[in-house]
Amino acid sequence: MSAATQNPARRPSNKGGMASLRHFGHNQKVAPYVFVAPFIITFLLFFLYPIISTVIMSFQNILPKQVEFIGLQNYINLNDPIFFKAIGLNLRYTFFTLLILIPLPMLLAVMLDSKMMRARNFFRSTLFIPALTSVVVAGTIFRLIFGEMPGSLMNQMLALFGGKAIKWLKLADTSFIALLTLATWRWMGVNILYFLAGLQNIPRELYESAEIDGANAWHRFRSIVLPMLKPVSIYVLTISIYGGMAMFTESYMIFSGNRSPGHIGVTIVGYLYRKAFEENNMGYGSAIGLVLLLIVMVVNVVQLYINGTIRKERQS
Amino acid sequence: MKTRKHILTAGLILLFTLLSVIVLIPLFAILMASFKPATEVFRKGLNMSIELPVMSFDNYLCLFTGTEGYFTWFGNSALLTVIQTVSTLLVSSFVGYGFAIYQFKGKNLIFGCVLLVMMVPLEIIILPLFQLFMGIKALTGIALIDSYAGIVLPFVAQAMPIFFFRQYMSGLPHDFVDAGRVDGCSEYGIFFRIMMPLAVPSFAAMGILVGMNSWNSFLWPLIVIRSQSRMTLPLGLASLLSPYGNNYAILLAGSVMAIIPVLILFVGFQRYFIEGMTAGGVKG
Repeated sequence: MSAATQNPARRPSNKGGMASLRHFGHNQKVAPYVFVAPFIITFLLFFLYPIISTVIMSFQNILPKQVEFIGLQNYINLNDPIFFKAIGLNLRYTFFTLLILIPLPMLLAVMLDSKMMRARNFFRSTLFIPALTSVVVAGTIFRLIFGEMPGSLMNQMLALFGGKAIKWLKLADTSFIALLTLATWRWMGVNILYFLAGLQNIPRELYESAEIDGANAWHRFRSIVLPMLKPVSIYVLTISIYGGMAMFTESYMIFSGNRSPGHIGVTIVGYLYRKAFEENNMGYGSAIGLVLLLIVMVVNVVQLYINGTIRKERQS
Repeated sequence: MKTRKHILTAGLILLFTLLSVIVLIPLFAILMASFKPATEVFRKGLNMSIELPVMSFDNYLCLFTGTEGYFTWFGNSALLTVIQTVSTLLVSSFVGYGFAIYQFKGKNLIFGCVLLVMMVPLEIIILPLFQLFMGIKALTGIALIDSYAGIVLPFVAQAMPIFFFRQYMSGLPHDFVDAGRVDGCSEYGIFFRIMMPLAVPSFAAMGILVGMNSWNSFLWPLIVIRSQSRMTLPLGLASLLSPYGNNYAILLAGSVMAIIPVLILFVGFQRYFIEGMTAGGVKG
């Protein structure tokens, strides 16, 4: 096997080291800490330390070679119309993506899952294809589809209904439609997958007994499917809120960079990026980041609370 | 009753066919545009028209001849994806196994930290992480800025994969661990030689998820990577958005080329894609 057994002459000199190494390898008390050590190290170095340092930086004015504490000044500066615009855009984006990307995929998943459906896997896969594209590629495509020339796809469609060509990406409302279309296109198939996975967990007997009881499709949906999909829905809701509040690349691609006419495409992360990396104002950037963290944490607490009450209901 | 069911089936199939066509329209449009002269697309906008007389492979030729270095970006992305996927799977499964198999002091606290990381969006960490990298460089001279190590290292022990591997591996029969110990295998040997091979399906699913995120990642590489020659494909493509020179030619053909490898993998390994994508959502 190893060199040690093939070469007995070497054994004695190596014995001490080998034995302690063997002992270490078999030590069941130490092993778990070795296994989780990579996480602990990266957690402390690349998560906890950065979070603490960003909190400290948010109270500082950071210049090359000179750092001064300025108290709450960075937070006072957050009273900034562009920052409010950014929060507004992310909030609206989150709200509308939730409004579209939860009920619609749920309904489509139920349809795909129904006994009447054929070629289920084919459609499931086809609808999933957009999720394979990166936001950069998808953003490029939608930026061009929503182009302002009469020959762009969206303007061609408008023309079909007798409308005039629109400069989609120059106006707040129409550019928001572009962002929303992009999100719907990329995420619909993924959310369908989530809901399909949730539907798979519903025991068939439940449907059958409901059918025997004479429940119609709507009743079955309301009293079996909807409650059973609650955990998946809450998960989709949570990740959608995350994704929505932290949305950046979509806007960056649609507006071809971090600037947009009249700040119509400014996002929280985009503003953080602009302040911290383009204008080198790390303190202000940190304050922006912490506001985002606060928003997400509040969402988490609410989510955990709702989840907790659901679990209690189930137990009682 | 029977005909009613047939009509419903036909209606469903019609609906989903229509949806599938709508979903594929943007991809069809970019595919068509990639064969048209870039100036044409820039002047008219992206649409689905097929204009055979003006169509050619010129844009694809541009990928090879252009000075922007499309294939450098492509190669960089492929390299980064492989490094990131392999290292993340290795480290995260190692950690996940520790949580799945052992009982130890502080386990709940440490696993609580895993859950905490999952709750904080990465976008908040990027700024202080960048500052940390600058500090590390000033102190030790180790350059994490503008290197792939800098992109990969902070996320090798990633919370989501750790969580996933913990779930999966606690479902594996514990008897194997005991049998390994009886046979004289070390604790780490048990992981690498017995449990890891047993968990191959979970590696496939997570590999797809981590690999796709890596291939498509944008914000963190945007901050870490400084030099043109180290840019990844998303960074390179995003840099082409302003219509100078043959930017658009490369953007159009390059976007199509960026989708194709993922699409081929998807056709081949559909099951793992679907398992990987839903891994986080289904907990029972």
